[in-house]
Amino acid sequence: MEHIVIIGNGISGVTAARHIRKLSDKKITIVSAETDYFFSRTALMYVYMGHMKFEHTQPYENWFWKKNRITLKQGFVKHIETKSKTLHFTEGDSLQFDKLIIATGSKPNKFGWPGQDLDGVQGLYHKQDLENLEVYAPNNKVCKRAVIVGGGLIGIELAEMLASRSIPVTFLVREDSFWNGVLPDGESAMINRHIKNHHIDLRLSSNLKEITSDENGKAKSIIITETGEEIACDLVGLTAGVSPNIDFIKDSDIETGRGVKVNRFLETNIKDIYAIGDCAEQHEPIGNRRPIEAVWYTGRMMGETVAQTICGNRLEYKPGHWFNSAKFFDIEYQTYGWVHGSKGKPEYEEQFHWKHEDDTKCITIAYDKDTYEFLGINTFGIRMRHDVFDTWLTEKRDLNYVISNLKLANFDPEFFKHFEKDIQSAFKNQLTTA
Amino acid sequence: MSTVQRNMSLTGDASNYLNPTQKIATVIGLGGLAIILLSLFNEFSNKGIWLTASLLAITLGIVLFAKGTYNNKLEGIKNHGVWFKSVSSRGFWGWVAGISLTGFYIILYFYEGLLGLNPDGNTGIVALFDPLSRLLSGNPASQWFVYGTLYTIAIFAFGIKFIWKYRHNRYEQLRTISVMFFQTAFAFLIPELMARLNSDTFSLPYNDLKNMWPLNYYAFDGWRVDQFINAETIGIAFLVFAVLSVFVISPILTYKYGKRWYCSWVCGCGGLAETAGDAFRQLSDKRQVAWKVERWVIHSVLVFSVVMTTAVISTYLGYDSNKYWLTKDMFLIGVAVFLGVLFVVIWYFKKEELAKDARYGAIGYLVIVLALIGIHYFSGSANEKIFLFEAGKLRAFYGFLIGAVFSGVIGTGFYPIFGNRVWCRMGCPMAGILGLQQRLFSKFRITTNGGQCISCGNCSTYCEMGIDVRSYAQKGENIVRASCVGCGICSAVCPRGVLKLENGPMEGRIDANEILLGNDVNLMDLVNQK
Repeated sequence: MEHIVIIGNGISGVTAARHIRKLSDKKITIVSAETDYFFSRTALMYVYMGHMKFEHTQPYENWFWKKNRITLKQGFVKHIETKSKTLHFTEGDSLQFDKLIIATGSKPNKFGWPGQDLDGVQGLYHKQDLENLEVYAPNNKVCKRAVIVGGGLIGIELAEMLASRSIPVTFLVREDSFWNGVLPDGESAMINRHIKNHHIDLRLSSNLKEITSDENGKAKSIIITETGEEIACDLVGLTAGVSPNIDFIKDSDIETGRGVKVNRFLETNIKDIYAIGDCAEQHEPIGNRRPIEAVWYTGRMMGETVAQTICGNRLEYKPGHWFNSAKFFDIEYQTYGWVHGSKGKPEYEEQFHWKHEDDTKCITIAYDKDTYEFLGINTFGIRMRHDVFDTWLTEKRDLNYVISNLKLANFDPEFFKHFEKDIQSAFKNQLTTA
Repeated sequence: MSTVQRNMSLTGDASNYLNPTQKIATVIGLGGLAIILLSLFNEFSNKGIWLTASLLAITLGIVLFAKGTYNNKLEGIKNHGVWFKSVSSRGFWGWVAGISLTGFYIILYFYEGLLGLNPDGNTGIVALFDPLSRLLSGNPASQWFVYGTLYTIAIFAFGIKFIWKYRHNRYEQLRTISVMFFQTAFAFLIPELMARLNSDTFSLPYNDLKNMWPLNYYAFDGWRVDQFINAETIGIAFLVFAVLSVFVISPILTYKYGKRWYCSWVCGCGGLAETAGDAFRQLSDKRQVAWKVERWVIHSVLVFSVVMTTAVISTYLGYDSNKYWLTKDMFLIGVAVFLGVLFVVIWYFKKEELAKDARYGAIGYLVIVLALIGIHYFSGSANEKIFLFEAGKLRAFYGFLIGAVFSGVIGTGFYPIFGNRVWCRMGCPMAGILGLQQRLFSKFRITTNGGQCISCGNCSTYCEMGIDVRSYAQKGENIVRASCVGCGICSAVCPRGVLKLENGPMEGRIDANEILLGNDVNLMDLVNQK
């Protein structure tokens, strides 16, 4: 019986395993050094905040794996020997495979800051990071202040987590407005204000110069490059993005760049070895997507795709229209299609922006300035229907159609106030004044 | 690799302390309760004033606590520290609360004398409530009046807390206002005030219009039906309404809106669970094995209640056949035909939607019920025994086991241990009927939003009915479950806007396919091939 070995028990690897099981009777082994069972990484924040216990983040009960004949192996892969198709573990043992799927995810970025490896300095990605957080920031007596470096999605989550335990937070953001490499200016500015409303000490245009140590090798303070200001702290969160977790592959024959290089079939340069999820790097970006996509659902889709290939139906990875979502403290964010921040905005893209006076809801619709084709939408504080926008993008609807049919796309709970009329009248006013 | 093993739930004392407002609120609220306890040992001279002070203090304490909890926070989901606080995570205070509540229910149901109930003049707690009871109905209080008053206050005060907590969510606010209204008006004030109409020549039973059979298992007891008939126009109207609400009104509303119209908008049990019980919703058992147990237990209770009610009604129809136009034989044949037709209709139209165990269960239950009815029908009308048991004993047994122990002692007393909807999930026969209807003939569903789910588990954790919502959401499958009471909390706590409670067309209500958008269409087709 063919033995499929998957390194990594995150969403990508587990989805691949489940779908291979659905399609075949192959022997399946999932290897992980992080946890015994699959859990939702995106939910780690809720464990620290006390919304959930760790076991609530596990989507399948523990009996699920045995019942579906998926072997779980705890171990850390040290080396992949491609010729003999063998994995070697740091624990000393080894494992043979017929086909291998690399799904090892990411690790937090560190940019060579002095002091980045001190105690009390950490990212937020692995379960072990959560355990360290309980050591260095269990409450505001042990942790009198925390500094977060890096203004992205993980940074703002970490800020929300620490604030939930009344720990004062200083938030260093390199850009002059939160996440404005991705978000248009109006949205980014609204989130700046929302962060401050949660009593976070938000420092824009601020870079980390160094982290200083106390006599025990634990972080004591940080120094800001621009001002030279020193801020005393007990925890430093490094959240300046993630990169593929592939150090153990570098000495093998498998071609790597920033990630494991794969073609559209998610195949590496070595036959019978595949890479999926955060750690896979496409030779050529697909559409406007990045060559490495560290997103929950792309990991899931790559898992579904590679399962087809491995079970005899060689299939190209073809993601559909871009979408994503996040939550910034109390404000939910969804995006469908492409809406660019001011820096990366293509020359053909124009935007219509509407913001509610309460400063917690806004939308931005991107369209082609010549053809008025609808390109994408960002919404904050208003839920939208994925399938409606997916259809409109496929049908290449124009701006007018989208604005006048916005109600069809609303996904807010029943009895919520609707804003389509406000949005439509703002749109008309903008047209007449423009 | 060495991993640090720590119990995550034992940390986080920062979120565990009470702020000054919450401390003051706790003192005030417990002070109000203390007055009630004191009345057991001390006969207050001015009961009206003491009772007023007590009830106001309890209400104020709860509302002030809510203010301390939510007022200084921005609108949004604030479940911070739920699993760190001992009262909401089966810790020490959870057990203290559970044991106290259970003790209260045992005294209430079985040792009401301890509360001071006395036909020759109440003492103790019951006496403390006499002034309010006289004000409303003109009669002295009973232990049920004491319970009803505290119950109403709990729904009212914790309802305000709930509205505060969800002040960004109009669905939650409206349905909470609805349960507060139905409890205060229909369950409490109207029946008490209607008791004033009673005289020597005219008498109506205590009647909560919204409390339907079979949740109200005594709805068609002989003495109640007799009183209704004797009260002529008004009484007959109430009786007709009670029958219509079971067979016409409730099916129509459930078809249009799902069982939530009753369970989380109207029902008193649901009302208490959603307000006072809200702090315990995360304690429901989510394991698949709990779901299996749930299906057998709740439907067995439903069968038991149908058998018991049939027995009780046929008994009094048999005693006095001249009094009612319906005879015992007609009634029994009618019940058998109705159940038989219902079964055939479901089997014919919905067989494909029933799982294997549900089919076996349905056949088994039907055979048992029809056999019992048959035994009785052919055993002759002089027979006092119904279905091998005496109807009175069956009725008393049901009242004890289901009415008191299950719905009261376990259902509410164990809120802090098993979660706030154990009764609604495992025991309520009304929820059983509405659930079958919701699963088979209703426009209601919870829609999942394409591929946005990140499997975080907030929805499952906070589902009071123990539904593993995430298992559907992460597959992009709509949630159509018999047990869902439509509280809407899964949708509220979802950080990615994935869930929406909706009434829509029956077609395509249950997406058996794993439709997850974002994929290329060919892959979706392949994934959907089973």
